[in-house]
Formats: sequence, structure tokens, C-alpha cells
Amino acid sequence: MTSHYCPHTPQEIREMLDAIGVASIEELFVPIPPELLAKTFNLPPGRSEFETYARMQELAADNCSQLSLFIGGGFYDHLIPAAVDHLAGRAEFYTAYTPYQPECSQGTLQALFEYQTAICRLTGLEVSNASLYDGATALAEGALMALRATNRSKLLVDGCISPIARQVLATYLSNLEVEIVALPPLDGLLNRQELAAQLDGDTAALLVQYPNVFGCVEDFSPVAEQVHAAGGLLVTAVYPVALGMLTSPAEIGADIAVGDGQSLGNPLSFGGPSFGFIAAKKACIRNMPGRIVGETVDKNGQRGFVLTLQAREQHIKRHKATSNICSNQSLCALRGLIFLSALGKGGLAELAQLNRDKAEYAKSCLARIPGVTVLQSAPTFNEFTVSLPKAADQVVGALLAKGIVAGLPLGQYFEGSQNLMVVTVTEKRSRKEIDLLVKELEVALCN
Amino acid sequence: MQLIFEQSVPGRKGVMLPASDVPRAAALPEGLRRAEPAALPELSELDLVRHFTNLSRRNFSVDTHFYPLGSCTMKYNAKVLENAAGLFSPLHPLTALLPGGSDLCQGALGMLYDLGQMLADVTGMDEVTTQPLAGAHGEMTGMLLIAAYHKAKGNKKKYVVVPDSSHGTNPASAAMVGYEIITIPTALYGDMDLELFRQAMNNEVAAVMMTCPNTLGLFNPHIKEIADIAHSHDALMYYDGANLNAIMGKVRPGDVGFDVIHVNLHKTFGTPHGGGGPGSGPVGVKKALVPFLPMPRIVHDDDSGQLRVQTDSPQTIGRTANFFGNFGVMVKAYAYMIMLGREGLIEVSEQAVLNANYIKERLKDYFELPYQQTCMHEVVFSASRQLEHGVHAIDIAKFLIDKGYHPPTVYFPLIVKEAIMIEPTETESKQTLDAFIEVMIEAAKLAESDPTAFAAMPVSMPVTRLDETKAAREQNVCCVG
Repeated sequence: MTSHYCPHTPQEIREMLDAIGVASIEELFVPIPPELLAKTFNLPPGRSEFETYARMQELAADNCSQLSLFIGGGFYDHLIPAAVDHLAGRAEFYTAYTPYQPECSQGTLQALFEYQTAICRLTGLEVSNASLYDGATALAEGALMALRATNRSKLLVDGCISPIARQVLATYLSNLEVEIVALPPLDGLLNRQELAAQLDGDTAALLVQYPNVFGCVEDFSPVAEQVHAAGGLLVTAVYPVALGMLTSPAEIGADIAVGDGQSLGNPLSFGGPSFGFIAAKKACIRNMPGRIVGETVDKNGQRGFVLTLQAREQHIKRHKATSNICSNQSLCALRGLIFLSALGKGGLAELAQLNRDKAEYAKSCLARIPGVTVLQSAPTFNEFTVSLPKAADQVVGALLAKGIVAGLPLGQYFEGSQNLMVVTVTEKRSRKEIDLLVKELEVALCN
Repeated sequence: MQLIFEQSVPGRKGVMLPASDVPRAAALPEGLRRAEPAALPELSELDLVRHFTNLSRRNFSVDTHFYPLGSCTMKYNAKVLENAAGLFSPLHPLTALLPGGSDLCQGALGMLYDLGQMLADVTGMDEVTTQPLAGAHGEMTGMLLIAAYHKAKGNKKKYVVVPDSSHGTNPASAAMVGYEIITIPTALYGDMDLELFRQAMNNEVAAVMMTCPNTLGLFNPHIKEIADIAHSHDALMYYDGANLNAIMGKVRPGDVGFDVIHVNLHKTFGTPHGGGGPGSGPVGVKKALVPFLPMPRIVHDDDSGQLRVQTDSPQTIGRTANFFGNFGVMVKAYAYMIMLGREGLIEVSEQAVLNANYIKERLKDYFELPYQQTCMHEVVFSASRQLEHGVHAIDIAKFLIDKGYHPPTVYFPLIVKEAIMIEPTETESKQTLDAFIEVMIEAAKLAESDPTAFAAMPVSMPVTRLDETKAAREQNVCCVG
């Protein structure tokens, strides 16, 4: 016996081997040809949970977690109400699995139905699935869904979409016969002239994002009409906290909305786990990827919830499924639901307002620094782009040494953008922190 | 239970936000502002807490019930893992990519790097990427790597071969990467039919995807031969790690001819399943595939002794997800691995196999056992004998729910009629297994003595059997209001 996680006593193991009719545990591994047995297995020896935790504390201490974050880029430092951790930390939620047996999984199923409802109300669209992996893969799934729904093979991708998400999209589609046309940004906005030139009868969808990677928010409703007139779909990637204030995808005329749910009650946690969401018009439901929870009744006419439309999924349809996804990010979606329910209708709007207020304050302060200009091509939410008089990498590096992550330099993502930086200001940044950012940035620019 | 939306009272609040310390910004122009705030529920914190606490009580879970769901490895999730994950929550992933930023997250990078090394050791692979977010995502990543490998060699490949016992994700993942599927039937002895496999192989096959032990819980003794045949056509061998829990320290897939593997950290390495996720599906590869691994990658800088983040390489497949994968899940898996250690992981596989064989032996007189040989970590019965009395696998599942057990996987694998797939895992005590066995025997007896009794089951849950046809027809997937 080496660990307490395997509970059998030697006596019990003996009894079980006797019941099976073998002399030793080794005999159970007889189906494995001896020449295939492992010759090496070098993991370190085990340890107690206390020593394990101490080791994890050591690793955690080797990170700097006291940084003042003005960086976003799809991952946002938001407040998380205490109830989120406590409720999602209920073991009945987190140690269950996919609710294949609905009668003993109504907790998860109803929560996911409520989650789908929250996503529908946030986006204004009619159907949502029970979560995808993250925002970037959700964008790829949204694109695939549009390709299936239209039976067309060309995608127009706004170059203002997060470059990371665009890379994921390109990788997902790299072996399929799909033409991806990137529309290069124009002043931090969708290049509408280029759109008009590229949009045609083969176009399955236009993919856009708001706020976009530069922080800009533009009115896509005319674009939606234009795309629809060509028989294509509009897929929008959205930042859910911003939807506390911004026009919903449905109001714009989007057919499919996707996004990352990290900002809804999930910690940054070095990039995961978060969850991806996808919502669409009802006509698209059979092309949706992933689990969907539906309402029904039991034999007594009582309301209950089940996984539905499973004939779309891999465990039934195999290679003809709408996606290969099996495990999703259910617990993170539950956190999102609890977060949205704690804030409620007024709270989400208030949170959005607070984000915009802080960002506008920071924007006005930064604009006053000599040599710094703010990209003014469109209104912004809680992120905006500034142009610095020297390389953004250098400035960000200098401020990092002072415990401030000043922003996301764009140089590695866009040609000729070495001096551009996106600054993010969430509700967690105090005026004091913003003032310090401004001060330190001024210092860095003088040096 | 009422939906949370049905409990909403206009104007009520569950959380108070900090007061603003900055001036209010000018309103956004008309076309950019939503007309109405989203109709989210409005309720007090207590009502919120009560709602979700009561919802949670409508679930069976590992912490409350034996949960022998086959192919899912529902082992106990040690509590210290949860505590460990919280230690890393404030880290922003983009920090690591900033100039000087990697110095500020050496602990996180080090954990990921070490986890990759340990997984490489367990699986016999050369390098690991932690980027894939779940098992199926790992499969897709693996297929992209294989496609890139063939493309670089100028190979013209069109097909991926899977046995008919495979998980549905295997053919679905291969299809997402543009491959056509060749399905090989299972022979009477429970493994992929070797002769049919040999006949099906040709130079246009890109990869063979295998689960070993397979979904029948059987280890394929011909696996090396299969790998040799595949390699003779320059097809690569993909190992679906869903069943890795059976063989840790016993067999390393990389040693027996596999080129690419994904592991399910939420199955084998003790992280919780979360009601459907998050999982984590790191992918291990042999040397020939290393140049194609997705970015970013963590690399050891020999000059400084520090870990750095590499963001590009000439032959990379690109990115299958944002950054380093489901990091929080990996923290838990890492803690699990260092806690159990070498001997602990060997013991895990040994006792998982012991438990499955114990159930197999004790139940084989009561349920049809289509494949008689020694199984690995799971055993697949058929309810075909019970069906003679009109009792289906699903009926037995509902009987088990009333007895306080989460049912095994039923109707999978698809090749076994009325399949009942039991995976007890290593963390269950003999007493739990004995009690479960007794209840299964009771079900078998009831199927003979009173087969009509099953129709009403379950009777002890908040709902009885649900009308799935109605759900699919009406497609009510959100609460309108």
C-alpha cells in the first residue's frame, strides 16, 4: 500500500483475487504481451497532500501575482462575487459529469438550461448551446456552422478580430477546402470598401468582433444587411461584459454570436479554463455544435430537462457530426450563469458603465501626455489603442519592472504597429492605479 | 423547481459593485447602445445561493454516489487539488508574452513544463503540448499534426482508419481535419479484425486511431503488429488516451509504436469532470512530429536557466486554442501526479483493473458477457438476457438510480447490443463494489420475476422518465420571457 487513494487492504485484495480466480494482480495484466511491458517509468516518488500543497505554494510563489493589470486582449480582470466560488464549488456540481442520465442530473441540466437562457438574453438570439471550450474555438465553430448552414465555402474575416482567435480559426480550417479572406483593418475598423469588393455569392459569412482588438465599437447593422443581401451570414464575436451596454448581436442583425465567458465569473488563471459561448437564430439549431439542453416533461407532466437534438453529435453521428466536441466547459458556464444572476439586469449594466467610465478617465489622462495619441476612429468600451512616441514593447517592459502591465503591444500582431498599445481598464482598477499608470508612463517616455 | 428567471423581482440586487471613483463618461451614440438591458434574473444573494444549492442537490456526483460511468473514469477528486488551483488564479496569460514577462511567471511555466515531461514519461512520448482543452480537442490537434507531417513529406493522404468500437470523437475529429473515415469491424475476439485491417490499409491512409485497451475494456495483443503494418504505409499511429487509467507503468504507448497520443487529465489524472467539463487533453508526440507542435510553447533557455515562451516556428500547425490550455485543470493534474508519484500511479492502474475484473467475475452469471477474457479497467456486459423478459439496459439504469447508484454507460460501445459498460475506478472500496454487485444481481432477478416493474422507474428522483421526443420536437432551449 503506497497511497490512501486506493482504499483496499491487503486482505481485501486477496479476497478479490480469490473471487476472480487469479493468484496475483500481475496475472490480470497477462493480456499484455510481455515484450510490450514498460521498461522505464521514471516519475518521482509520491508524497502526502501536505507536501504536495507546499510544493504548489512554492510554484505559485515563483509568479508575480500582484501586478496592476491594464492588459486585456480577450482576458479580463473582473470582480467575482464570493457566491460564484462557493456555489460552483459544490461537489455535486463539480464531481458530476455530462448529464447522460437526466433523472439524477436535473441540477446540472436545469443550470445549463438557465445558462442557455442567460446567453440568449445577453445576445438577443434564440438558441444557445451548453458551452464550448473558449472564445477562440467558439469563433472557429461559429465559422464552421455558417459554412454548413449556407453550404458555401468562403469566409470573410475582419482583420480587427483578435489575432489570436484568427490564428485558431486558421488552424481549425487549415485542412478543409475553405477560402479565408482577411480584410485588413482600416484605422482600427472594418474595411468596408474591401468588404464590398470581396463579398459574393460564395461567401458563407462575414466574421467580425466588437469591441474589436483595438477596442473600437462600430455599428455593424448596415454590414449585416449587406451580407444578408448576398445570402451570407453575419457572425459576431462579442465581449459579454460589454453587452451590459452595447447593442446586442440580435439588434445588429447577427445570425451567430460567439464569445469567451472568462469575464463572467472565471478567474484569469493563466488563460484557462474559461468557456466559449455560441448563440444563433433558431433556424440554425440543427447546425449547432455541442450539447444542447431542452425542456420537456416527465411521465407525470412535470417539467424537466434533457440533453436534446443529440443526433447532431459525435457519439451518435460519428464522422458526420456537427463537431467533434464531447467534454465542454460546463462548470465554467455554471460560473458564468451564477455571475450573471448575481449581477442581474441592473448590475450588468452598472458593471459595463463602470468599465467604460474608468477607461474613458484613463484615456483622457493618457491623451494629455506629450507624444501620446489616442486612436479616435470610433467609440470604445473598456479598451482603447494609444500610439506612443517609442516602441510599445520597450515601454511595457519598463513599466512591468514597476509592477504595472501597461497594455498589450500590437507590434507582433500588426505590421508597422510597433508603437501601438491597447490599454484595458476594468472596474477593478482604482483611480489611484490609473493615475500611477499615467505617471509611470510619462517617466518611461522621458527616459 | 422554479427557474432562476421565474424568481426574479424587478429592482432586486444580488451584489453591490464598488462606487465609481472617476467621472461618468459621455453616453455612447444611439446606434451602439442596446435598447434594453438584458433580462437577467434579479434576486438577493440569499435567494441566489439557495437556488443553486438546491439545484446541486438534484445531481448524483462522485462525492455523493458511486458513479461507474464507463469510458469516463469517474475517480475520486482529491480536495487538495482544488486548493492548489486557487493559488494561480490572478495570472494573466499575456503577461508571459511581454518583454521580461516570462520572468514574472516562472512558477506557472515551470509547472507546465514539468507536467509535460511527466506526461511524456508516462506515455513514452518525446514532447507534449498542453494546449488542447479536452480529449476530443487533443484528437483534433493530433490529426492536424499528422496532416502537417504528411504535407511536409509530400505524402498524399486521404483516410483515417478507426475500429468500429472507437469513441465517436475519433472519426469526428479526423473528419474535422478533412479526412475520410475507414471503419474496421471488431472480430469475435473483441479486437479490431486484424485481417480486415490488413486488407484496408493502403498508402493513402494518414493515420490509424486506436484506443488500447479499447472500449470493450480489452487490451489488443496485436497492437505492435498493427503499428508495424501502419508504419509500412507511412501511416501514423494515434493513441486515444481515454483508457490510459488501465496501463500506467505497465505499457507506454510510445514504446509499442504509437506516434501521437492525447491524455484526458480529467479522467486519468484525477481532476474533476465539472458536470461536463472543463477537461484537458494534452497531446504527446514522437520526435518526427515535434516541429509541427502548436504555439506558444514553453522552452528551456539553457543560457539563463529560465523558461521562455516561444511564439512561432516555421512548421507549426498554428494554434488550436488561446495559450497554454486549461491551465487551472493542469495545476490539479500536476498536484495529482506529484502526490501519487511513480508507485501511486502504478497502483492506480492495478487496482482499477482489479476492481473491474472483480465486478466482471461476480456479475457474469447474471448478465451476458460478450467478451469473456480478462478485462482491463472496465467491463462491458449486455442486457440481452434481460431483454428476453422485455427489460432493456436503460431500465436497469433507472433501477440503479432508485438504489442510489449513478448508472454505468449504457448503449455504448455501439457494437454491443444493450451494452452496460462499467468502469469502477481504483478509488472505490470493496464494500462499495460489493453493495453495487448485490444491487445489479437484484436487478437481474427482478427482470425475471417482475419485468414490468421497471417501467415506472425511477420513482425516487425529482422527475420520472422524461419525454425526449417532445424535447427534440419542440426545441425549447431557453426560457422565453
